[in-house]
Amino acid sequence: MRALPSRPAGPTYRVEFDRALKDAAIAGLIALGLFLPLIGLRTTQDIRNELTLETRWPLLFTMVGLVIAGSLINSFVITPWRAYRQEKPRTPSTAAAQFRHEFLRYFIPLAIGFVAVYPMLSLWLAGMQGSVKWVDNFGIQILIYVMLGLGLNIVVGLAGLLDLGYVAFYAVGAYSFALLAEHFGLSFFTLLPLAGILATFWGVLLGFPVLRLRGDYLAIVTLAFGEIIRLVLINWVPVTNGYAGISGIPRPTFFGIPFNASDEGFAATFGIPFHPVHRAIFLYYIILALVLLTALVTVRLRRLPIGRAWEALREDEIACRSLGINTTNTKLTAFAIGAMFGGFAGSFFAARQGFISPESFTFHESATIVAIVVLGGMGSQIGVAIAAVAMIGGTEILRELDFLKALFGNEFDPTQYRMLLFGLGMVMIMVWKPRGLIGTRQPSVVLAERKAISGTLVKEGRG
Amino acid sequence: MTATAQALLEVEHLTMRFGGLIAVGELTFTAYRSEITALIGPNGAGKTTVFNCITGFYKPTEGRIGLVHGSESLWDELDTLTAYGNRKLARADGTLFLLERMPDYLVAQDARVARTFQNIRLFSGMTVLENLLVAQHNPLMLASGYTLLGVLGLGGYARSERAAIDKARHWIERIGLADRADDPAGALPYGAQRRLEIARAMCTDPVLLCLDEPAAGLNPRESAELNALILSIRDESTTSVLLIEHDMSVVMEISDHVVVLDYGVKIADGPPEMVRNDQKVIAAYLGVADEEVAAAEAEVGL
Ligand SMILES: Nc1ncnc2c1ncn2[C@@H]1O[C@H](COP(=O)(O)OP(=O)(O)O)[C@@H](O)[C@H]1O
Ligand SMILES: [Mg+2]
Repeated sequence: MRALPSRPAGPTYRVEFDRALKDAAIAGLIALGLFLPLIGLRTTQDIRNELTLETRWPLLFTMVGLVIAGSLINSFVITPWRAYRQEKPRTPSTAAAQFRHEFLRYFIPLAIGFVAVYPMLSLWLAGMQGSVKWVDNFGIQILIYVMLGLGLNIVVGLAGLLDLGYVAFYAVGAYSFALLAEHFGLSFFTLLPLAGILATFWGVLLGFPVLRLRGDYLAIVTLAFGEIIRLVLINWVPVTNGYAGISGIPRPTFFGIPFNASDEGFAATFGIPFHPVHRAIFLYYIILALVLLTALVTVRLRRLPIGRAWEALREDEIACRSLGINTTNTKLTAFAIGAMFGGFAGSFFAARQGFISPESFTFHESATIVAIVVLGGMGSQIGVAIAAVAMIGGTEILRELDFLKALFGNEFDPTQYRMLLFGLGMVMIMVWKPRGLIGTRQPSVVLAERKAISGTLVKEGRG
Repeated sequence: MTATAQALLEVEHLTMRFGGLIAVGELTFTAYRSEITALIGPNGAGKTTVFNCITGFYKPTEGRIGLVHGSESLWDELDTLTAYGNRKLARADGTLFLLERMPDYLVAQDARVARTFQNIRLFSGMTVLENLLVAQHNPLMLASGYTLLGVLGLGGYARSERAAIDKARHWIERIGLADRADDPAGALPYGAQRRLEIARAMCTDPVLLCLDEPAAGLNPRESAELNALILSIRDESTTSVLLIEHDMSVVMEISDHVVVLDYGVKIADGPPEMVRNDQKVIAAYLGVADEEVAAAEAEVGL
């Protein structure tokens, strides 16, 4: 082996003390200037309807202090650490690679095991009453978004078509279910596939004109279609009941046994005291089954020619056509299958809420789902699941940040800062992991040895 | 062009205009079965444009591009088919296609014309093996029952996929990438990417393989290997080759028939030895001959 050029024994990087202090001072001043009008001053209306100016010095100085502390941490800890990392000769650590390999091998079974026993775990830890929140607000809510993320992942992550109006299919699924249940009295399990088929149909219908467009144009037009669907739901009052929405949507039953307090109800039938958590747990397992089905189907699709054609389309559309692939049909199938999963999720959503209105299908939903897919790492199903847990679970958890009141006084409402923290998290992930949480691609088929493909080689698709 | 040579592709009066620019003008030539036909000419002569017209990526302004699978006698139907306005005429003994009427993906799927690109277009984030499987999309799609059966695991898709992988493996070995089959195409060295693109095109089982400057950017050794590969494709399969090439030595070595373009117009057409000595070709390639330059310089008194 060739001798390495000799390097100094200790770290060569030296912290410049003055520089660090100066940086911190400048950052503090900028923060003070910015936050003074934003945080330091606040207008409130008093009883006589007059605007009065209120000052919030403690909060302002806490924020500025945080900025200064951040700057100091950057100068004294992060920068030296990065310099040290740079200096260190880059030998791929076999131990780390081994660990990552083992981790990935056991992660999926462990994760599935965990979500399978999650309701029991929460019953055990939080009791009957506390579990309603943990199963419904966290479990079910997150799983709905995992399902939506997996559906959109087919369109955006695999086929590389940026669809900003995915909520349209969610809405179609929800309204199909609500209206068919209302007028024909069909049950949840009959209507679930029907709602999926209707959403697929709409996917094809919308996809046909839209998929001629590419890149940014496709994104804008899908966004518009999402809004159009919502406006139709608002304005087609005779059918959709407009803003008022549809209520009294039948809930899923346990093989015909409803979850209510009546004598025919679930609790009475099984001779246990009635509690709302029974329904929550039942719904949890329905959506879990739907999520697992979606994941399984996607895994299979990726190994079929259609899945490979989607990914090839994302990589290079012209090359696809030179190989005899009908790119219009291929895009359309991605759109339609994505729409189908959105429709399933929508009808589940309607059945869970018992009430739907156009409010639930705004652009904000589409943006959240796209963010989940992008954050997860385009095309990675595990990434999508982790991102949904982080994003939806994270925003829900922030409701629980009551301890911050101790820091900022009693009227401090942590939920108001949800979006701020959320945005910060997104920015940080995009800086550190620009390819999303799972930045590598797994090949769909191997000849000799499975190797993950670096995200830098994988294209994102241009529509 | 022996007496028995059968026409595979007939390009007639092909014209392609971009606004005021005539990229290809009134081009007529024939490519023969089991031959390597080279299309050469200086940069900007319109060679890639001809390829794009043949493979359906451009719709020619004027002209006709016929291709026959099977019996030679189908050429007699060319005018009838043109008059009918159909894309193709299928008979028991073969099929006649009018390529200028077909969309790009059908040119590849039905007429079985495969191509490579001057700027390599591989699926860079997919492995070598995956690239070769995407090329077999249409037969595999059929085997998976248009996905419906495949998702349910019915209908013998697994067997078809194994056959497809075997075919891919055959080509991977043939282009010398056996130890890199599971690496992403984008991580391969340039020369290997060129070979892979050819293998990918060959996995579609083409009757005509169109190669756009396959030797560009290769070193002499890689270039020699490439020549061997192209010759073996001609000799060992039923695929004929249409080759755009810049490097005259490559062209002279492997092609059976050369068509020379300059400013979109054909200036020569024939066997390599004939084209090599053609005055117009020499002038187009080297500017004008050295003696003429000297004579002209003497005339103006330099
Ligand atoms: N899509 C296009 N639009 C406008 N002009 C084009 C287009 N494609 C090719 N051309 C022009 O046609 C001429 C021939 O180009 P090309 O066929 O690429 O030449 P070659 O491959 O022989 O180097 C060039 O002048 C080029 O600028
Ligand atoms: Mg060219």
